Amino acid sequence: MTETVLSVKNLATHFFTRAGLVKAVDNVSFDLAKGEIMGLVGESGSGKTVTGFSLLGLVDEPGRIVSGSITFKDRELTSLSNAELRRWRGREISMIFQDPIATLNPVLTIGKQMRLAIAAHERMSARAAEDRSADLLSKVGIPSARARLDAYPHEFSGGMRQRVAIAIALLHRPSVIIADEPTTALDVSIQAQILQQMRVLAAETGTSMIWISHDLAVVSSLATKLAVMYAGRIVEQGPTATLLRNPRHPYTAGLMNSLPAMTKPGTPLKQIPGTTPSLLSLPPGCPFAPRCQRATAQCQHEPELTIHGDRGWRCFDPVGHMDEVSS
Amino acid sequence: MLGFIIQRFLQAIGVMAVMSLIVFCGVYAIGNPIDIVIPPEATQDLRAEVIRRLGLDRPLYEQYFIFLVNLLKGDLGRSFVYNIPVLELIGGRLPATLELVLISVVSASIIGVSLGIYAGYRPESWTAKTIMAASVLGFSVPSFWVGLILILTFAVNLGWLPAGGRGATIDIWGVAWSFPTLDGLSHIILPAINLALFKLAMMIRLARAGTREIMLTDTIKFARAAGLSEITILRQHLLKLISIPIITVFGLELGSTLAFAVVTETIFSWPGVGKLIIDSIAVLDRPVMVAYLILVAFLFVTINFVIDLIFALIDPRVRRGAAS
Amino acid sequence: MTRQSTPFSRFWNEFRENKIALVALSVVVLLALLALFASFVSPQNPYDLANLSLMDSRRAPGFVGTGGYTHWLGTDPQGRDLLSAIFYGLRISIQIGLAAGFVSLSFGAALGILAAYSGGRVENLIMRLVDLQLSFPAILLALVIVALLGQGKVQLISALVAAQYAYFARTAYGAAKAERGKDYIEAAVATPLGSRLVILKHLLPNCTPPLIVVATVQIANSISLEATLSFLGLGLPVTEPSLGMLISNGFPYMMSGRYWISVYPGVALIILIVAINIVGDQVRDQFNPRLRK
Repeated sequence: MTETVLSVKNLATHFFTRAGLVKAVDNVSFDLAKGEIMGLVGESGSGKTVTGFSLLGLVDEPGRIVSGSITFKDRELTSLSNAELRRWRGREISMIFQDPIATLNPVLTIGKQMRLAIAAHERMSARAAEDRSADLLSKVGIPSARARLDAYPHEFSGGMRQRVAIAIALLHRPSVIIADEPTTALDVSIQAQILQQMRVLAAETGTSMIWISHDLAVVSSLATKLAVMYAGRIVEQGPTATLLRNPRHPYTAGLMNSLPAMTKPGTPLKQIPGTTPSLLSLPPGCPFAPRCQRATAQCQHEPELTIHGDRGWRCFDPVGHMDEVSS
Repeated sequence: MLGFIIQRFLQAIGVMAVMSLIVFCGVYAIGNPIDIVIPPEATQDLRAEVIRRLGLDRPLYEQYFIFLVNLLKGDLGRSFVYNIPVLELIGGRLPATLELVLISVVSASIIGVSLGIYAGYRPESWTAKTIMAASVLGFSVPSFWVGLILILTFAVNLGWLPAGGRGATIDIWGVAWSFPTLDGLSHIILPAINLALFKLAMMIRLARAGTREIMLTDTIKFARAAGLSEITILRQHLLKLISIPIITVFGLELGSTLAFAVVTETIFSWPGVGKLIIDSIAVLDRPVMVAYLILVAFLFVTINFVIDLIFALIDPRVRRGAAS
Repeated sequence: MTRQSTPFSRFWNEFRENKIALVALSVVVLLALLALFASFVSPQNPYDLANLSLMDSRRAPGFVGTGGYTHWLGTDPQGRDLLSAIFYGLRISIQIGLAAGFVSLSFGAALGILAAYSGGRVENLIMRLVDLQLSFPAILLALVIVALLGQGKVQLISALVAAQYAYFARTAYGAAKAERGKDYIEAAVATPLGSRLVILKHLLPNCTPPLIVVATVQIANSISLEATLSFLGLGLPVTEPSLGMLISNGFPYMMSGRYWISVYPGVALIILIVAINIVGDQVRDQFNPRLRK
C-alpha cells in the first residue's frame, strides 16, 4: 500500500455572499497516494475548482474553509496561517490554472517569472536559477530553452505557454500538483501532447496529481482514480477502470451515457435532463434528485456514503450491479 | 516598434495641421482677421492700409498659406496690450506655469497612486473608505472653490502662507525658477495644492480600480499559488501591470492640468500663461489668444506623442510584436 | 402572492438601500425645488433694483436690513440679500446644467448611434473627431468658444455642449456598437422595416442605461464648468448672475474678512454638485453589470 500523501476529510468551504450562503464544497473527503493521479470531475459550479483552491488556502472572500481537515504529509493545513501556508505553496503543493495567457504576467519575461518562483522558496545565484529554469523548460518540451528565457509570454503559442506554467509548477519538485482544467483552453492535438507529457512526468518524478476537469473522456485517459462531484459533494469515487465500466451513481451513469463516444452513430445523444442547480437554492436531500429518473421519496433525505472496497457512492438506489463493482 | 513610432509621429503632424486649420478658420473665416493685427480703435484709413499691406484682401487659401509660413517661422504677431511679439510674451510667462504644473502633477501622481493602490489592496478597511470618500470630494468640488478656501484658511485666517503671487526666483539654465527659494516655496505651495487636487483624486480612483482588478486576476492567483510573498507580488506584478494604464492617464491629465492652471493662476495671481490668456480674453488681445491656442494644441500633440513613445518602450507586446 | 415589479421599482428599491445616496437625492430635490420656487421662497427679489439699498451693502449675516427682514446670510456689495441671491443663482446654475446636459445628450447620443449604425468611413471619421475632442480639456474648449463667440446664455450653453457632447457620443457609440454586431440587428436591417425603426426600437434602449450614468455626471460637470467660467468673468452676463459670479463678486472682499459674500454661494454650489455626484455614483454602480455578484 503506497503511502498517503494528502488526506482530505469532510472538507467544507462556504461562501457568505450578499445573496445567501453558498456551500461550494460540502463534506468532501478523499485520499491521494504517492504517485497517484486523481481525476476530479464535474460540471462548472460543482465545486471542483474551489476544492482545489481550498487545498492551498487560496479561497477568495467572501468564502472560507468552514470545517474539515486537510492533512498533507502529517501536517494539518487548515490550522496553518497564511504565512505558514505560503511555505508549502509552490514548493510541496503546486497549482496550474486553465488559461495560461491569464496566469503569466505579460510584461515580465518567462525567465523573470521563473526566477521569482524560485526565489520564493530558495536562495540561489542568478546563474543557478537560470540553469534550473532552462532545465525544466526543456523537460516540458520547449526547444532552445535557455534562449527562450528572455522571451515574453505573448511570444509563445498556447500550448507552449501552458508548458511554461507546468514548468513553473515543477520548479521545486512538489509532491502534489493540482491541475485545474489545464488543457481546456488548448487545441485537441495539443491537449493530447500535454496529457502525455504529464503522464511521463508523473511517472518519472513520483508526483501525485489532482486533475480537475469537466471532461470525463480527457481525465479518464490519465487518472488512475476518479471522484465525481455534483453541487459541492463527491457523489462517487473509485478506480477509473471499474468506475467507468460500472458506475453506481445515476449522475455518473448519465455523464457516461452522454459521451459521444458511447453513442451508437445515428442515434440521438442521451442527455441528463434539467440543468445544474443554483447553489443558492438547493433542495433538501440529494442534490441530484430533481434530475434523477430513479428518484423516490427517500431522496429527500441526505444519502449516506456507501463504501465498498476502494469505491464509494452516495445514493439510495444506485445503478449497476453490486457484484461487478470491483474487478 | 519603429513602425508604431512613425505612425504616431505622422498622426501628430496630421493633428497639428488640422488644429492650425481650425484656428485659422476660427479667426480668419468667422472672426475678423483684421482684429488680430489692429486694435479696434484704429482709423478707417489705417485699416485699409493694413488690409492691403498684409494681403488680407487676398483669397482665403493664400492667407492660410501665409499664416502657416508665419507660424513655422515663429511669428505669431504682436500683442495689442504689451506691444511685444507674442512669442516673447508667452515665452516669458511659460516657466512660471510649467513650474507650477510640474510640481502639482508629480506630487499628485506619487501620492495619488500610492493611496490608490492601498485603497485597492485593502478595499474594506476604514482607511480605504475614507480615501475614496475624500477622492469623491476632490473630484466634484470645482477647483476655484478649493482655491478660495485655501486662501481663506491659510492666508487670511491663519496667515501662514501668502495669498498670491510668485516668490523670489533663482536662475537655473537661464530660466527663472522659484521653488528652490524658501520664499518661492511658500508662494507655490497653495496654488500647487489647488491644482493637484483634481489630479490627485483621479489618480487615487484610477489606481484603486486598477489594483482591485489586477488583484483578482489569475496572474496574481498563480503567483500566490507559487508561494510568492505579498510584497513581491505587489512589487513585481501589480506595480508593473498598473503602470501602463497609469502612465497613459498621466499624460492625458498633464494636458488637462495645464488647462486648469488657468483657474488656479487667476485665483492666486500666479504670473503664468494661464492668467495671461484670461486677461487677454477680457481685453480682446487677439494675437495672444490665437498664439495660446496654437501653443496648447502643440503641447497636447507633443505630450500625446511622448506618451505613445513611452508606451511603446515599456509594453513588451508593442516592443517585440506578436507571437511567432 | 407575487407583486408586479417593474424595472424602475427594482432600481428604486436597490437605490433606497444606500442611505447616503438617498440623502443626496433628497438634497438635490430640495435644492431644485428651492430654485424652482425661488421667487416665492426668497425674502427679496435681488434683481429688482428698486428693492436694493446701498445702506445694506456688505453686511454680516444676521443683519436686519432696511426692508425690515433679517439677512440670514448677509448681503453683497450691492446690498442684495445673499440668501435670495443664492436661490436665484441656484436656479440659473441648474437651468444651465440641465440645458447643456440635455442638448449634449441628444446631440452626442445621436452622433454616437449614427456612427455605430453606419459603420465604415462615416464611423471612423466621427469617432476620430470625438476622440480628438475627448483629449481636449473641457475648460479650454469652453474658453475658446466663449472667446470667439462672446458672452451670453446661448453662447455659454454652446460652449458647454461642445465641451461635453463627446462623452455622450463615445458612450452611445460603445453601447450601440456592441448591440449592432448582434445577429438580430443584422436580420432586422435586412428586412424592409427601415433603419429608423431598427435604431429606435433596438439600439436606443440599449444605450439608455450608460447614457443616464454619463448624464448625471455631466450635469454636475456642466454646473461646475459654468460656475468656473462665470467666476473667471467669462460666463453669463451680469444680468443673469449665477453662483459662480456671486463667488467672484465676493472674492476681493475675502482679504478684509467679509468672507460670507463668497463662501455661502460657494457652499450652496458644492452641496449641489456633490449631491448630484453621489446620486450619479450610485446610479452608475447599479447599472454596472460587472459589480453585480
